[in-house]
Amino acid sequence: MQRQVALIKQSLFDQKIIIRTQMEKYMQGYLDEQFVELEELQDDANPNFVEEVATLYFKDSARLISNIEQALERGSFDFNRLDNYMHQFKGSSTSIGASKVKTECTMFREYCRVGNAEGCLRTFKQLKKEHATLRKKLEQYFQASK
Amino acid sequence: MEKGFSPVGLRVLVVDDDPTWLKILEKMLKKCSYEVTTCGLAREALRLLRERKDGFDIVISDVNMPDMDGFKLLEHVGLELDLPVIMMSVDGETSRVMKGVQHGACDYLLKPIRMKELKIIWQHVLRKKLQEVRDIEGCCYDVGADWFTQAQFLGGGEDVSFGKKRKDFDFEKKLFQDESDQSSSSKKARVVWSYELHQKFVNAVNQIGCDHKAGPKKILDLMNIPWLTRENVASHLQKYRLYLSRLEKGKEIKCYSGGVKNMDSPPKDAEINSGHQSPGKSSSYAFLKATETDPKQLASASVSDPTSDVHMPPKAKKTRIGYDPPISSGVFDSRLPWNDVPDPLESKPPILYENNFLQQQPLPSQSSYVANSAPSLMQEEMKPSYVNADEFLMPQDKNSTVILQDMDLSAPFSSNATSNTESIPGSLNWELPEAHHSDSLDTDLDFSWFQGEHFFANTGLQNFQFQDYSSSTSLLSELPPHLWYGNDTLTSIP
Repeated sequence: MQRQVALIKQSLFDQKIIIRTQMEKYMQGYLDEQFVELEELQDDANPNFVEEVATLYFKDSARLISNIEQALERGSFDFNRLDNYMHQFKGSSTSIGASKVKTECTMFREYCRVGNAEGCLRTFKQLKKEHATLRKKLEQYFQASK
Repeated sequence: MEKGFSPVGLRVLVVDDDPTWLKILEKMLKKCSYEVTTCGLAREALRLLRERKDGFDIVISDVNMPDMDGFKLLEHVGLELDLPVIMMSVDGETSRVMKGVQHGACDYLLKPIRMKELKIIWQHVLRKKLQEVRDIEGCCYDVGADWFTQAQFLGGGEDVSFGKKRKDFDFEKKLFQDESDQSSSSKKARVVWSYELHQKFVNAVNQIGCDHKAGPKKILDLMNIPWLTRENVASHLQKYRLYLSRLEKGKEIKCYSGGVKNMDSPPKDAEINSGHQSPGKSSSYAFLKATETDPKQLASASVSDPTSDVHMPPKAKKTRIGYDPPISSGVFDSRLPWNDVPDPLESKPPILYENNFLQQQPLPSQSSYVANSAPSLMQEEMKPSYVNADEFLMPQDKNSTVILQDMDLSAPFSSNATSNTESIPGSLNWELPEAHHSDSLDTDLDFSWFQGEHFFANTGLQNFQFQDYSSSTSLLSELPPHLWYGNDTLTSIP
């Protein structure tokens, strides 16, 4: 991306917009402006900053997902506890701008609030799916950027 | 202190259990040219803060953390160290934000946090410093103010965690120094409030009685000092009230914690004065910190000396960290035994509470404090006050000195406790372990009333001699309502 940006600097402004649009198209709403913020933080001191952050996120979120999974498997549905876990997970997901994941988190918390176990399970499944998809896409993205 | 203040190099401590956010925030803050320290655990953060008392300018903390509630950390930091704290959360619910404000947060950020929000956090640091300087300097006293800012430090024991330098302070010497406070930015004519002059002042105030009657004009008349102007008295009065209220606050907290320690030691650190002299980070810290430490000293110093001749003895550890409006007034002073009797319990002159002298004086510097944690703090302070007030109600008590009676009195207080002070009783234990950055904590002490009092954590509770005091629960119940400091103040707390 940096290479591309460097190229853009030499070219016209229009091209920068084109490239950004392409990235967005690729990501298709999986990520929001937070991701762009992270990219802007990347500099010579931290040339792989975004990738490092993403790696950290996926490592930590895997742990959180596992916590929630265990809690759900227990079947007791302690909504307070589940909500707490999800609150953590949501906060974490905002760090890289994982917007689709964040949406699922919000829904999950809403189901917790009304005590809808079925809704929680459904949403959680969807959440895991989004999470996995994002992970794959980002891996591909970082690969391509190298 | 504004002179030379620069956002560059601002020392920020970031506390968040989310490693991803910690990394991002670190990078963002570094890009703002701040000096960043990260911490994944609240307790660890507290430890760091206490270790490096003056090592940070501002703290940014997440609200939801596994080892400690962000709000508790907020209270600790605000009270013990008086640092500005910014809360963060992905949750922007009104009640949460309100809680943050009530607990003393100077700002509340919603995640995801943007660079532009972090770029201007230095304003909170500057603002706080300015406030502190203004408080201290008040009416631009030079030496005059010294006596009390320094006195406040008298009580400051080693346990006090704030203030980086705590030199021994020669109170008497300072009192009679003629040089004006170089830090004072005011160019007004200086009045040197010498020890004697201040004594006259205090006597006059005591003579007049309660707060609302003690106006500068009356005091001036009573003092009968030809060259003194009404303005001089007015400003001195303002400072005095501020001082008393600070003392009050500090007393509560510290007086019970190892007050004996500093009993005979001269007023601490001139640094406290620094608030005066060098409006700057250290001074602002110093001032507030000094007040905090006061109670301790105060306790030790303010031993029963039934004489109504309350003046500021050289070693008077009249530290009032009054942060509650109803603070002891001149009356208090007169009744306050200013001995050097090492009696830690005496730290809280009950007079403080019963006197309405400062009743309506919201301390500017403390106002936010009050507002934020008023309920909890009030809670804390209430208790001691009760005890003290009770003590003072009986003049014959003098000998016993203000002894903090039964801390169990907290029970009645609990009812007054506002929601902010969760679990006043019993939570003490929670407080204690982390409160003490060093020294053995005297966990036996039933400091339930300290609950909300986070800052005493650093005050070396180990010296607290609560247990020695017999229970006088009954005393409390006998206290007339108006003495129930807490009652009045709580409701008046915004």
